[in-house]
Amino acid sequence: MELFTNQVLAGIATGAIYACMALAVVMIYQAIDHLNFAQGEMAMFATFISWQLMQWGVPYWGAFVITLALSFVGGIAIERILFKPLAKAPVLTNVAGFIALFAIINSSAGLIWDFTIKQYPTPFGSAPLLGSQLISTHQAGMIGVTVLLLLGLYFFFQYTRIGLAMRAAASVPESARLVGINTSWMVALGWGMATAIGSIAGMLVAPVVFLEPNMMGGVLIYGFAAAVLGGLSSPLGAVTGGFLVGIFENLVGTYIPGVGNELKLPIALALIISVLVVKPAGLFGRPIVKRV
Amino acid sequence: MSAAEDVVTEGQAVEAVPKRVMTLGTGTSLVVLAALVILPVFVKNFIIFQMTMLLIYGLAVLALNILTGGSGQFSLGQSAFYAIGAYTTAVLMEQFNVNYALTLPIAGVVCFGFGYLFGQPALRLSGVYLALATFALATALPQLLKLGYFEGWTGGVQGLVVTKPDAPFGLPISQDLWLYYFSLAITIAIYVASVNLLRSRSGRAFMAIRDNEIAASAMGVDVALYKTLAFGVSAGITGVAGGLGAIAVQFVAPDGYTITLAISLFLGMVVGGVGWLPGSIVGAAFIIFVPNIAEGISKGLSGAVFGVLLFLVIYLVPHGARDILRLVERRRT
Repeated sequence: MELFTNQVLAGIATGAIYACMALAVVMIYQAIDHLNFAQGEMAMFATFISWQLMQWGVPYWGAFVITLALSFVGGIAIERILFKPLAKAPVLTNVAGFIALFAIINSSAGLIWDFTIKQYPTPFGSAPLLGSQLISTHQAGMIGVTVLLLLGLYFFFQYTRIGLAMRAAASVPESARLVGINTSWMVALGWGMATAIGSIAGMLVAPVVFLEPNMMGGVLIYGFAAAVLGGLSSPLGAVTGGFLVGIFENLVGTYIPGVGNELKLPIALALIISVLVVKPAGLFGRPIVKRV
Repeated sequence: MSAAEDVVTEGQAVEAVPKRVMTLGTGTSLVVLAALVILPVFVKNFIIFQMTMLLIYGLAVLALNILTGGSGQFSLGQSAFYAIGAYTTAVLMEQFNVNYALTLPIAGVVCFGFGYLFGQPALRLSGVYLALATFALATALPQLLKLGYFEGWTGGVQGLVVTKPDAPFGLPISQDLWLYYFSLAITIAIYVASVNLLRSRSGRAFMAIRDNEIAASAMGVDVALYKTLAFGVSAGITGVAGGLGAIAVQFVAPDGYTITLAISLFLGMVVGGVGWLPGSIVGAAFIIFVPNIAEGISKGLSGAVFGVLLFLVIYLVPHGARDILRLVERRRT
């Protein structure tokens, strides 16, 4: 039993990473209706920028805030320059655009900062939390930040005018335009916010997985899986999904014999798909009623 | 949130392409065919090998095109079917001494079965959910191939070496050239069959489902049957391509069939034009040659150069190579 609780705790700790990433995925999905495959790379690039700032002597929180601002602006710039011209192109063309962006960012980061693994500091310290070996203060801090982010987003979308406008622009663009919402800029704003959230995820993840250009590969896959599991229309679902995927992954690794690191991902994905087959819109997603 | 949000008109994920414009005219087809037949006689063996790979990837992209452009279902899992086809051919050839030409239909049938079965649970999913499910398949398969249980057959992580067949009947041509013509014959056969499939009753059913699933089912199209069938056919063709690929590369190993291959095939389809079958070859050319060109321009930044080239292509021709053809046609009239 103790093994079980310990594994669940450890799962929650890794789940926090996925939850954070899933939140960014859901944010951008809400704004543009696509899954952004380059999201992880954008987060990685932002994390490198913060690392560079710290190398230049900026203190952690200073670098954190500057990176956040830069990511927000960067996200908007990417949308305006690269993806606005594709707004009318077919969905699959947009997906190809995301893959192109992925390649560009990954390769540029490799050239600027090379592929060696770098240490990344944590503001929370890495001592064990309350004497438990399984969850460190950094991981607890990560969970705290994720929950805070979730609350912040909830209030933003539910109680501010601009949050309402963003929701309107995403769900019924035509009607939103009729009531005077600038839907095109709402999309850009969505990109900016998603990039900023992604950069927070990147900076929180970096102390655990270490900083290098490919650090987000695995995390993004789990983040997507978590977002889809929770339901792409629900930020709460994304966070819950993230924790569930973390726990799944750990329990599978512990209790199913012969499952090494290599098989963890396929099994976790298979479980998620079985859930989706039963609940096609995810655990918390609203099913969409279709009409002809 | 408002109730209006919950009821949406079913958005079309994939553009409706009329079947008339899914193919090339007879004249153009013959010119392309003549070029494909004559060209390899004048080039070096390595280029012949690349042309063979072009045909093989062209087949795999064509298969994805039938699934996505035809029936409107996404797949990021084509690399899994490609791998199953490749391994079927390799294991039959090397462990059971089956003739290489006979292994291909077997690979096709095996993959059809896998695709059809995978299509069953995938029926409940669509859009990004389906993308995730197929993605899971693509990531899982290389890991499964590495498992110890099958090692006696598959060679585990090491993979299997496949012998390249000689030209039959003592024809005085090189192995590469023979394999090229062999692949060309198969490609043409499958291409013609695919064109006819999309023109048939089943093809119309695929397209009806793609354009509007609810309307299609109201008109009496058995949606479940045709969706799984599309998966099966697509997987079958991919399997044949995989088998040919194994013979051409002379080697199969789990790491040759990762998600990167599935993404390449997807890019090939987009660049060639979703729903335009002849574009498959153009798309295949893009995924084979452009990474090399990118590497030639800059070694360190090859990924970035590839990304920029890809962006250029999708800006200039957002509907893929089909746009070029449209432009030419507009000039003429």
